Amino acid sequence: MFFDWGVVAYAAPLLAHGVVMTLQVSIVAGILGLAIGLLTGLASLSGIRAIEILVRAYVDFVRGTPLLIQIFLVFFALPVVGLRLPEYWAGVAALAINSGAYIAEVVRGAVGSVEKGQSEAALSIGMVRRQVLWWVLMPQAWRPMVPSLTNDLITLTKNSSLLSVISVYELTRAGQAIISTHFAPFEIYLLLAIYYYLLIAALTWASRRLERSLPTW
Amino acid sequence: MVMPPALLTIRSISKRFGDRTVLEGINLDVRQGETVTIIGASGSGKTTLLRCINWLERPDHGDVRIANEIIGRTLDGRAASEGELARQRRHFGFVFQRFNLFPHLTALENVALGPRRVLGVSRAVAEARAIKELARVRLEEHLHKRPSQLSGGQQQRVAIARALAMDPSIILFDEPTSALDPELVQEVLDAMRGLAAEGMTMVVVTHEMRFARGVADRVVFMADGSIVEEGPPGIIFENPQDPRLQRFLRHLEPAST
Repeated sequence: MFFDWGVVAYAAPLLAHGVVMTLQVSIVAGILGLAIGLLTGLASLSGIRAIEILVRAYVDFVRGTPLLIQIFLVFFALPVVGLRLPEYWAGVAALAINSGAYIAEVVRGAVGSVEKGQSEAALSIGMVRRQVLWWVLMPQAWRPMVPSLTNDLITLTKNSSLLSVISVYELTRAGQAIISTHFAPFEIYLLLAIYYYLLIAALTWASRRLERSLPTW
Repeated sequence: MVMPPALLTIRSISKRFGDRTVLEGINLDVRQGETVTIIGASGSGKTTLLRCINWLERPDHGDVRIANEIIGRTLDGRAASEGELARQRRHFGFVFQRFNLFPHLTALENVALGPRRVLGVSRAVAEARAIKELARVRLEEHLHKRPSQLSGGQQQRVAIARALAMDPSIILFDEPTSALDPELVQEVLDAMRGLAAEGMTMVVVTHEMRFARGVADRVVFMADGSIVEEGPPGIIFENPQDPRLQRFLRHLEPAST
C-alpha cells in the first residue's frame, strides 16, 4: 500500500488552524454546557414540580435524539422562528445544549448521592432546600463529579467534529477540505484521529490533576 | 405542687410507612427544663417519634405544638410554607445517632454555619458563637479540625454544639451514643448531663439505662408504636407495671444497668 508522506507533511501544519477552531468550539461550548448543566441539574432538585418536569423533558429530548439532528434543528429550524445564528454559534449552541443535558444528569446524580443524613442535619438547623443544596450538598458533590464531567467534555470535544456538516471550519472540516483537493483520505483521516487523540489525552491529564487538587475529607 | 405548663405538647401523632403503622396515637408533654428519655426495643417507634417532633418525618395525623405554634401550620391554620417550616424547626436542635457533621467543614465552621447562613449574623459573630458552644462541650482545642480528624465522641460533641448554636428551646437526641465505641460514650453523656444541669430541655432516645436512670426527670417506655408506660425513673425501673416493660428491663439487666 502506498502511503503519501508528502501529503501528511503538507497537511499537518495546515490542520493546526482546524485544531485551534476545534479547541475554541469545545471550550466555549463546554463552558456553556457546564453552566446549562449546573443550572438545570440544580433546578431538577429544587422540589418545584413544574421546573422538574421541564428539565426532565429537556434531558429526555436530548438523550432521545441524535446530535446530528439537534445540530440541524438549531441551524435550520431556529431561523424559522426568527433566530438566525451564524454557523459557528449555531454549532456551539447545539453542542452546549447537548452536553448540558448530560451534565445536568451528572450534577443531579452526584448531589443526590450525598448521604441523606447531610440534608437532614442541614434541615435540622433550619435551612431551606436551596441553602441545603448550596452550602451542604454542592461542596461535597464536586469531587465525585469530576470523572463523569470529564467524560462529558471528552464526548463534547469529539462531537464537535459533527459541526463540519454545517461548515464550521474545525478540525474535521479542515481535513475534508484537504481531502477534496488532494484525494488522500486515509492519510488525512489518520492524521485527524491522531490530532483528536492528543486533544483528548490532554483533557484527560488536566482532569486527573484537577481531581487530585480537589479536597477529600 | 403546681406543674408549669408544657413547653412541647404532642397530641395523637400517628405515622405509617406503607401499610406498617409505626406510631399510633402518641401523646406526650414536655415541660421547660425537663429531661425526658424514651426507651424501648428497636422497632418500637422511638426514633420515628423523635423525627416527627421536628418534622424531619411528617406525621400522618396529630399535632406537635411548641410555644403556641403548631409545627407545619401557620397561626391562621394554613399549611406552612417551606420557609415557615424551616423557621419552626429552629425551636428544636437535633442530634443524630451518626453525628451527620458536614465533612467538608471544620468543627468551627460546622457550628457557625447555622448562625451565619440561617440566622444571617456576621461571620465574626457566628464564629464567636461557635467558639463559645464548642468550649461548652470542651472542644476549644479542636476548632479547626475536620470531622474526619476527630474521634466519634468528639464528633458527637461538635454536633451538640451545632445544635446549641441555634438557640433551640428543646434538643432532641436520637440514640446519641449508639454509634460510639464504648470508651467514648462517657464524654458525650457527660456533655448531655451538663446541659441537663444547666436547665436545657431535652428529649433523649437512648439505650443508656444509666443515663435514663440518673439524669432523666421522666422515662417514657414505647412498644409497638405506642407509649405504654411513663413516669419518674425510680418508678419505671424499680416498679414496672406493663409486662412488655418488665420483659424489656429483664433483657437489659446484665448488659447496661
